[in-house]
Amino acid sequence: MSGQNNDIGKVSIIISRGSLDGVYPGLILANGARMEGFEANLFFTFFGLDAIIEKRMDKLSISTVGNAALRLPWGQKMPTWLGMLPGMASFATWMMKNEMEKLDIPPVREFLQIIKDSGAGIYACKLAMDMFHLKREDLWSGVDDILTVGDFYQISTGGLVLFT
Amino acid sequence: MPTRELFGKTIEFDDDGHLKNFSDWNEEIAKELAKEEGIAELTARHWLVINYMRREFPRLGDAPTLRKLTKESGVDTKELYELFPKGPMKKAAKISGLPKPKGCI
Repeated sequence: MSGQNNDIGKVSIIISRGSLDGVYPGLILANGARMEGFEANLFFTFFGLDAIIEKRMDKLSISTVGNAALRLPWGQKMPTWLGMLPGMASFATWMMKNEMEKLDIPPVREFLQIIKDSGAGIYACKLAMDMFHLKREDLWSGVDDILTVGDFYQISTGGLVLFT
Repeated sequence: MPTRELFGKTIEFDDDGHLKNFSDWNEEIAKELAKEEGIAELTARHWLVINYMRREFPRLGDAPTLRKLTKESGVDTKELYELFPKGPMKKAAKISGLPKPKGCI
């Protein structure tokens, strides 16, 4: 696919969840947009902020509680009560990180750096920052700015907005 | 299957506009394809990427990922986007005579 008819132009992606499975789709979409030659913005809000908080971004995990689609390594559905057992979240996270490494999907910090170096904008939500009592210095140094919802719409003008 | 006359040879292309046959590629074709992608001149840094892609493709059966390329070729992400603006991996694959990359990363 090439040519102007396939040019989305700009994509602004909101990441609102802080689990690994909540964060990666947005990262992959943003990276993919830049790879296709589109502009891209990432806007982290609510628990999604964890992905750009310096002390938390390397420790995101899979949510095993309340995740009805989770399966055991041999393909059988995981009983939901099992997800509550100690160690299950870290086990599932370890499994998923292994699989991602096989596909050459980078860890969160490295992926964000790639996305930033590709020229995408990386933003934190002001309201969520205030709500969680977070400061600029709590954020990863690659974050471009802290935006209000109005600012976010301004930078998104003329493009697609995706909520994840 | 679209074919084109390039430098006195009939070359087959796929529907994505990439070379059909890896072995049809040569440096002249690379320069021509680069021009069509808006890259007027291929510098030594472009060739570093192109040669890396050509070297890795037969083994991988696909274009390398951006992550692998930037770790191993000596060209980092920022520079790659400068060398091949607007879609670096697709453009680099095309100019290197590779099919369109299959992966999402």
